[in-house]
Amino acid sequence: MFGTHYRIERKSVVLAVAIMIVASIGGLIEIAPLFTIDETVESDPHMRVYTPLEQAGRNIYMREGCYACHSQMIRTLRDEVERYGPYSLAVESKYDHPMLWGSKRTGPDLARVGGKYSDQWHAAHLTNPRDVVPESIMPRYSFLRAAPLHTAHLADDLRALRRVGVPYTDAMIQNASADAIAQASPDDDTSGLVERYGEATQIRAFDGDQTAVTEMDALVAYLQILGKLSDAAQAPAPVQTAAR
Amino acid sequence: MRAAPPPLPPVSPPGFAPEQPVVGQNIYLNYVVYAKARPNRADGEWNVVAGLTVSERQRAMGVLILLAILGMMMAAAGAGRGDPMQAHGFVVLLFALGVMAVVLKGYFAPEPPVERLASYYDDPIKAGIIIAMVWAVFGMGVGDWVAWLLAFPDMTFDAAWASFGRLRPVHTTGVIFGFGGSALIATSFHVVQRTSRARLPDQFSPWFVLIGYNLFCVLAVSGYFLGITQSKEYAEPEWYADIWLVIVWVTYLLLYLRTLARRKEPHIYVANWYYLAFILVVAILHIVNNLAVPTSLASVKSYSLFSGVQDAMTQWWYGHNAVAFFLTAGFLGMLYYYLPKRAERPIYSYRMSIIGFWGITFFYMWVGSHHLHYTALPQWVQTLGVTFSLMLLIPSWIAAGNALMTLNGAWHRVRDDATLRFMMMAAVFYGLSTFEGSFMAIRPVNALSHYTDWTVAHVHAGVLGWDALITFGAFYALVPWLWKRERMYSPALVEVHFWLAMAGLLIYVFAMWNSGIIQGLMWRTYNEGGTLRYAFLDTMVAMHPYYIARAIGGLFFLIGALVACYNIWMTIRHPAATAAPAGDAPLPLPSPQPAE
Repeated sequence: MFGTHYRIERKSVVLAVAIMIVASIGGLIEIAPLFTIDETVESDPHMRVYTPLEQAGRNIYMREGCYACHSQMIRTLRDEVERYGPYSLAVESKYDHPMLWGSKRTGPDLARVGGKYSDQWHAAHLTNPRDVVPESIMPRYSFLRAAPLHTAHLADDLRALRRVGVPYTDAMIQNASADAIAQASPDDDTSGLVERYGEATQIRAFDGDQTAVTEMDALVAYLQILGKLSDAAQAPAPVQTAAR
Repeated sequence: MRAAPPPLPPVSPPGFAPEQPVVGQNIYLNYVVYAKARPNRADGEWNVVAGLTVSERQRAMGVLILLAILGMMMAAAGAGRGDPMQAHGFVVLLFALGVMAVVLKGYFAPEPPVERLASYYDDPIKAGIIIAMVWAVFGMGVGDWVAWLLAFPDMTFDAAWASFGRLRPVHTTGVIFGFGGSALIATSFHVVQRTSRARLPDQFSPWFVLIGYNLFCVLAVSGYFLGITQSKEYAEPEWYADIWLVIVWVTYLLLYLRTLARRKEPHIYVANWYYLAFILVVAILHIVNNLAVPTSLASVKSYSLFSGVQDAMTQWWYGHNAVAFFLTAGFLGMLYYYLPKRAERPIYSYRMSIIGFWGITFFYMWVGSHHLHYTALPQWVQTLGVTFSLMLLIPSWIAAGNALMTLNGAWHRVRDDATLRFMMMAAVFYGLSTFEGSFMAIRPVNALSHYTDWTVAHVHAGVLGWDALITFGAFYALVPWLWKRERMYSPALVEVHFWLAMAGLLIYVFAMWNSGIIQGLMWRTYNEGGTLRYAFLDTMVAMHPYYIARAIGGLFFLIGALVACYNIWMTIRHPAATAAPAGDAPLPLPSPQPAE
């Protein structure tokens, strides 16, 4: 063994190739099957896709680095299920490019925060968290209220997402900008939006201001849909507890 | 200002008397160097551009002009769309123009003399050390700032760029890629030349690698301030920066292999195995994890090819192996050269080097899934992750043990020489962190530690205790060698830095261990009635004192880095006292004057 190595270490290309081979094995064995084994991701025929406004909100969530302090992955532990709701299933982040499971909870998990608080609460909390929760250490995001949402190129976003596997239809892509505006303008004609994205689509002035579609609208729309794209996790299943 | 009294260690650390050939001496292949001393350049005559050949200067200008044009195109395309691509176009343009200004200053100098080929090419190494120290101060400074933000959250000026979420990747990228990456590139150029006893094959590629890599870091960091991120931890830069890094990295690999091909030693020294693994595997990880579809060529935004559970596994396969091959393999390369060199002891065991190296290369790639315990990732992958995480402890401790046992017979030097002590403590923290890592990968332990500050404590024990300490140790050894000084300007300040780093590190890690374990326990505490005892907010409020302690620990470490900068700067400015160490030159090539 050491004799072989004594020879290998005299040839740089052999050494390089050996490193590549040895280092590739683990990743291949652990990652490749995740794409081929069907049970990896549960199936949910009723799974919704993000509306353009929600996707725009998701992009703001990423832009501001919210994932650095908030996870979106409830583990299969009793206390987590009791605190945050049913544990997260793989199917729930099926359309998340990339996933935002997170790695740190400086703030609480957000996987099921949708519908937990009112739009007003979210808007006030994002404007200044300490107005609502005095002990909070979250930064203020008041500038979102003043920032108009750029909707002009949302079709490009949906098109790119379709290319990586999210089932957006041609109609969804064509109407992306209009749908984003419509979702935050309940007084407008929203029938097209509902037709494309379903009855459950939440159509409200999320930031409380009807006159303009802001980044605050988008972010709150996204937060309010978290955990609601699929009902798969609501089905009763035994909770696995960690050994203490 | 010279630091006052505490009894000074010997001013000239052992092994630094000029008559002793420090470099080129036995490491483990018992070789001796006979080569004429390099022509000693007069002090202050460090003109980098004039050292390039005319054709290399032309190549540099060509690349910079292309880069400037690319920047203008990016700016124009972004402007048409109202996309942040515009701002990044200007960043690229300004960067290219700035480097161009430097190149033009020496552009018309005469062709450098051929005697340059009789010495190692050290200019990019010197620049890399200085750049790395700038990144260290910047990255650690931002890190300490965000640490204070967690204790006093209203210090964001109501500005988007100043929020914790945007500054956090500025910190991580600044220290890992800016500081760590520049240090790895610089030291790898030094180690590969010395252990191969061959000069770098050309003078353009090393500069392209160092400066191109730093353009990537600048794009990354400026992007976070602007809100440009693909949100994958430690892989935040967007698609165009990622493509640029691939170009730089391939050049780096070729440069490394070309230098090895010129070597006069039949064997490739173990430090080079590690550097090679670092370069190769980081390339694989970077390319696979960053596969994405841009929304438009004029837009910074892209969507990752993978989603959900596959994306999570790919991300943490990347994330943990960035730890393995960037923060471990690369720095082990550093350790395997500078520690034996400084201690003037051969590596303890050749066989342990081999087992450690291949064990680390093989086992690490399996362990990423331990970041995803109890999640929606299939259990079989989690189980593989734990299993290999535990096995990984063996090669890790073999590598750490090999380093520490190398010090047998040189412990008096560890006592007297703070530079060697930096390296020794780095090996100790490497051993401790790898133990902690394997421990935290065990599922029930991870149930408690995951999502808490315990992870943060673990990471910082690794990066501060291992990566930063070995880098500082290597730099304190390298700076006098490269700038031909007898020693660092002030050995006392090296000592001061050592104790500041130690104090800061321990305060930091203990604060985060406490906060992490306390919070993890509070989350799972039940009342007698079977309900959760603490609201999330209660557990967060309990963190406040630890967050302040952590910020103070970080401040100590930052001040230590500033002391290092001052000491390095004064060493460089101080006139050369000695001639080049005899033997610090590549062996001449078979032909009398090698063609460049």
